[in-house]
Amino acid sequence: MGAFNVCEFCFGPLEVVYDLDAIKKAVSRESIMAGPHSLWRYADFLPADHNPDVDINAGFTPLIRSKGLADHLGLEELWIKNDSVNPSYSFKDRVVAVAAAKAIELGFDTLACASTGNLACAVAAHAARGNMAAYVFIPSDLEHGKVLGAAIYGPTMVAIDGTYDDVNRLCSELADTYPWAFVNINIRPFYADGSKTLGYEVAEQLGWRTPMHAVAPSASGAMFTRIYRGFNDFADTGLIGKVETKMHCVQPRGCSPIATAYEEGRLIIRPVRANTIAKSLGIGNPADGYYALKTIEASGGSAVIAEEHEVAEGIKLLAETDGIFTEGAGGVAVAGLKRLVERGTIKPDEPTVLYITGNGLKTTELVEDVVHPLHIEATVKAFQDAIGARA
Amino acid sequence: MQRVRLTFLDHLIKEPVIHQLGHKFDIVTNVRRADIQEGIGWVILELEGDDDEIDRGLDWARALGVRVDPALGDLIEP
Repeated sequence: MGAFNVCEFCFGPLEVVYDLDAIKKAVSRESIMAGPHSLWRYADFLPADHNPDVDINAGFTPLIRSKGLADHLGLEELWIKNDSVNPSYSFKDRVVAVAAAKAIELGFDTLACASTGNLACAVAAHAARGNMAAYVFIPSDLEHGKVLGAAIYGPTMVAIDGTYDDVNRLCSELADTYPWAFVNINIRPFYADGSKTLGYEVAEQLGWRTPMHAVAPSASGAMFTRIYRGFNDFADTGLIGKVETKMHCVQPRGCSPIATAYEEGRLIIRPVRANTIAKSLGIGNPADGYYALKTIEASGGSAVIAEEHEVAEGIKLLAETDGIFTEGAGGVAVAGLKRLVERGTIKPDEPTVLYITGNGLKTTELVEDVVHPLHIEATVKAFQDAIGARA
Repeated sequence: MQRVRLTFLDHLIKEPVIHQLGHKFDIVTNVRRADIQEGIGWVILELEGDDDEIDRGLDWARALGVRVDPALGDLIEP
């Protein structure tokens, strides 16, 4: 086993293959429930062993029964998988947790990535915990505030002059040149499988079953496909019954290569230049786009596009109805769920899980218009007058 | 050596773009994977040659309307 991500013959992406028969003999619901309250309770299904030295306790985030949003949408059983409360505030902690553990197993002492947001935070945080060196590559025109959440952990940040394509190409060359674990390049097969835990956790937290519908935002398509694989891993090892979950992928209008291909009825992704306010979904050339489309096809699901103006609306709706503050990707997911209900794709009595993958405090600029306090003098009368005027 | 993904739409599917790329520029082309369907197709292409010559060749392809992307997908992740 080594750090390879593509087949050198056909140039297709490599994936980890598991011996599910052996796993079936080794795990039970009881053994999982006796495990740590982190994604490492599913270590038997992961391509790396738990390494406490690099573990920041990612995963096992809350699955909350929605009240407000469910009522708003007329759904009887809506659950929200709140992955915004991971240690660095996004689901990327899951993939990087597995990538970092595997990197150490493979003998790497350095983690690296090219990222403009959540991935950089997760890589830098795990490297800090594991006393590993970390290199984070960013386009030089990126506002520094955007990567503050990563810089605080002390990685070496490298701002690169050039176009988006130039940065992409340089990172590919660096991954071939330096003996580093580039989490989403040479470690990608292991990294991507960290997202399977989003399927395992939901199945366990629902009482060892899967929902009728799963709605998730999608960028590269890797998380979306691994959620479904997680459900099916549990079914294939006898932990749950047959999976009948329909997988629904949501993308924003400004970067919707997967959803557009779905709408046009084809399995070929036409790459786009991302131009969306939901920055964490801005992958115009999604590495797992084809596989996301195959997941939709296999599950009988669908893909929908959220309009750009619906992103902030979705963020606010989730905050106001269920008390969860999510980032742009979450707003996209909420808007997609709404559309799926309006279309009748999701019926009121069908159990549904909505995946919320990142924290709203990272993208406060999207909803700055909510701040309009009553401005008063320090008197009771002024307060009463202001309240009366607002009423 | 560079690996890129070329995406062709509409009339470009019928054009010998890769052949011309190897003739107009000092580039050796090698098709590694491809999928062509009605109205759209893609090719994963290995390109060998001087970096500047490859850049000129890819700029020429872009000018024709061919979409050029990294073969591995976007490596910059949000």
